[in-house]
Amino acid sequence: MTIFMGMAEEATFRVKTGLAEMLKGGVIMDVVDAEQAKVAEEAGACAVMALERVPADIRRDGGVARMSNPRMIKGIQDAVSIPVMAKARIGHFAEAQVLQSLDVDFIDESEVLTPADEANHIDKFEFDAPFVCGATNLGEALRRLGEGAAMIRSKGEAGTGNIVEAVRHMREITSGIRHLGTLTSTELPTAAKNLAAPLELVRDVATTGWLPVPLFCAGGIATPADAALMMQLGAEGNFVGSGIFKSDDPERRAKAIVEATTHFNDPERVTAASERLGDAMPGIEMSALGEDAKLAERGW
Amino acid sequence: MPNGAGSPGPAQAGAPLRIGVLALQGGFAAHLKHLGSVGALGVEIRRPGDLVGLDGLILPGGESTTITMGMEQYGLVEPIRDLISAGRPILGTCAGMIVADSDHLGLIDMTTRRNAFGRQLASFEEDIELTGMDGRPFRAVFIRAPWVEELGEGVEVLAEVRGHPVAVREGKMSAFSFHPELTDDNRLHSWFVDQCRG
Repeated sequence: MTIFMGMAEEATFRVKTGLAEMLKGGVIMDVVDAEQAKVAEEAGACAVMALERVPADIRRDGGVARMSNPRMIKGIQDAVSIPVMAKARIGHFAEAQVLQSLDVDFIDESEVLTPADEANHIDKFEFDAPFVCGATNLGEALRRLGEGAAMIRSKGEAGTGNIVEAVRHMREITSGIRHLGTLTSTELPTAAKNLAAPLELVRDVATTGWLPVPLFCAGGIATPADAALMMQLGAEGNFVGSGIFKSDDPERRAKAIVEATTHFNDPERVTAASERLGDAMPGIEMSALGEDAKLAERGW
Repeated sequence: MPNGAGSPGPAQAGAPLRIGVLALQGGFAAHLKHLGSVGALGVEIRRPGDLVGLDGLILPGGESTTITMGMEQYGLVEPIRDLISAGRPILGTCAGMIVADSDHLGLIDMTTRRNAFGRQLASFEEDIELTGMDGRPFRAVFIRAPWVEELGEGVEVLAEVRGHPVAVREGKMSAFSFHPELTDDNRLHSWFVDQCRG
């Protein structure tokens, strides 16, 4: 593709994770049309995630949730100048090929959509577009990195407006990282076996004390305080799905969640951002979800 | 939090320089790491009080709309202009280059084009020739990068890629459309810290 100088390299791991680095400290918002995308951009979103239905509606409507209509994605790309992400089903590499040919900036291989392959995730090294994947613990995060993901997010429990699962997953991942740091090099192969994760990545995390890619939170953020909580727990940025456009006043809530993500360590700012908001999305208690309704259990 | 209580002016000889990195959104963490590697003290800037006692400021990459809105909302625009009036050097990278242009903070007499090379699939890394970097090539990582569209007479071009300026300097202000913080090479940070030492 490069015709100048002959030295430029595209789609290197550094170029892929580089975009994830630039999203840090920001909020990526789920949007279903160009109008919502504009609202998100004007509220300070650092990227938007284009999808057909927000997770709360996918839960309500049931049926098979698939990649969005390309025309809708193009409409969103035309409407905003910030990066546009889109979701492919777990294992559905042909959907990912379509998204790449649409020139989306990031592909989310997402458990929010109905999985296409119950055994295998997409071989993400095959693609030039960077991928973000969900994880519930460190082993899962490292397996996704072993397949070529350039960014990890907690799975949480999308579409519930309940932060409890995101907290669980973020703590699982960060405490897993801390634990690796306490092991000797002799103990790391066994740790890799127990995590079912590539040894090379386990060694890397044990040495650096962090994932080799940015770690974001997703799945359940509904309020500014939720956003601040996840940042204090170690998230480097937040995805917000149903929490914004399923609330009373999406514009104001979007801005407030952006502010709380930036000033996560400043309770006065988070307080100010939390005032004068309408009602948050209603939310679902986990025990009210049947086991087969838990999206986080999709993928391995 | 490192704010308000900082020293009132530039650091004394021997003390590490305090260099602020605007930390509203984007790639600020990697800049802080590089500053540490060249012996400077990096300070996260989120509020006007954080700007007190700085020897220089970095405007990092990220989303320029998000960063620009945050600067206005949190009252950072005027204090940053004051920093310039006080003669402190400022360096912008990627979105920070856009923030520094004539349509935004007006730190450098130039206009920029956002996402000039294209979307993420067109992002790339390349060895470039960068003035002031002792002749060895500089690995430049371009992520949805801008370039300089038009520039004023007083603006010096430090590097070009595909015929467009991607590194410029005017007085104590400099801007780069690539990400020196994403490689292990800290020559550019070292160059900037030298300028801050005055």
